[in-house]
Amino acid sequence: MKLFLKFDINNLCNTILQEQLDKFELKYDILGFGEINIKSTITDQKLTELNEAFSNYGIQVVENQKSIIVQKIKDTIVEMVHSESGLNNLKSSVYLSEKLNHSYGYISNLFSDVTYTSVENYIIIQKIERVKQLILINELTLTEIAYKLNYSSVAHLSTQFKNITGITPSAFQRIITKRRNNNVD
Amino acid sequence: MQKDTIHILLADDDEDDRNFFKDAFEEIKINTDVKLVKDGVELMDYLNKPDITLPHILFLDLNMPRKNGMECLREIKKTDHLKNIAVAIYSTSASESDIEETFVKGANIYIKKPNDFEALKKTLNVVTTLNWQYHTNSLNKETFLLSI
Repeated sequence: MKLFLKFDINNLCNTILQEQLDKFELKYDILGFGEINIKSTITDQKLTELNEAFSNYGIQVVENQKSIIVQKIKDTIVEMVHSESGLNNLKSSVYLSEKLNHSYGYISNLFSDVTYTSVENYIIIQKIERVKQLILINELTLTEIAYKLNYSSVAHLSTQFKNITGITPSAFQRIITKRRNNNVD
Repeated sequence: MQKDTIHILLADDDEDDRNFFKDAFEEIKINTDVKLVKDGVELMDYLNKPDITLPHILFLDLNMPRKNGMECLREIKKTDHLKNIAVAIYSTSASESDIEETFVKGANIYIKKPNDFEALKKTLNVVTTLNWQYHTNSLNKETFLLSI
């Protein structure tokens, strides 16, 4: 006997999603158009398992894969900026693509797609944050900080600092010190 | 991630400025939700309502009737549930000492009011994206200073 089937694709997909999500005992909303909102907190472990369960049905979690890679990119940049050995002489593009096993083009496009900024700009923001920390710790001179963070000169560091923050490193130090003194009073 | 909405609040007594500001945000590619208030008293009333979403950034005009920007800044920094809002002061004055004073009082951003619409759009874009980086990457807001 031959049966002829007609599918309600929408209903089919929703039922599969419901079955899988219920298995994980998650609270969720199915928003339609391939979007679900998970209301429970979910561990990375569980998320990976959910990904696997979905992939049996040919369902891929798109946005989240991207966010995971972006998070890895961010973590690697922070690690790079904070590493004690300094940034060596390796170019950051080479460092990132070696660490993350993707081409730099892929990394940089994905990053700009998901965040509101570029990889280059993110590195600069992180470096300037590091400079601020080091200035406030007050153990190193600006020249030493410039060397540590692989700036070609202290002038280069000061210029970049001013470009990003609009103020000079010494004004920054003065303002934060005054602010802290005010709070003590 | 790109669908995240950035909540913006602007306090300015000049109606034209408020409109420019709102139009500028509509043309920027970032998703924003812009609320406007007319002076410092209205601002503080709004911020102290129990059921509002606090803004990610507050743009604060220095010269306003009834309660000026500096008074609002001082109150905000003294109030526990408000003190972590990023405050962007904007003003026509651009003297170094004014800028430094507002930073010392707790402002994060100082904007010299741009003269034309294109410049305003560019400035707001820079301010909003940088603030967003601080917000999403748990960077230290205490040392977040931007003068533009």
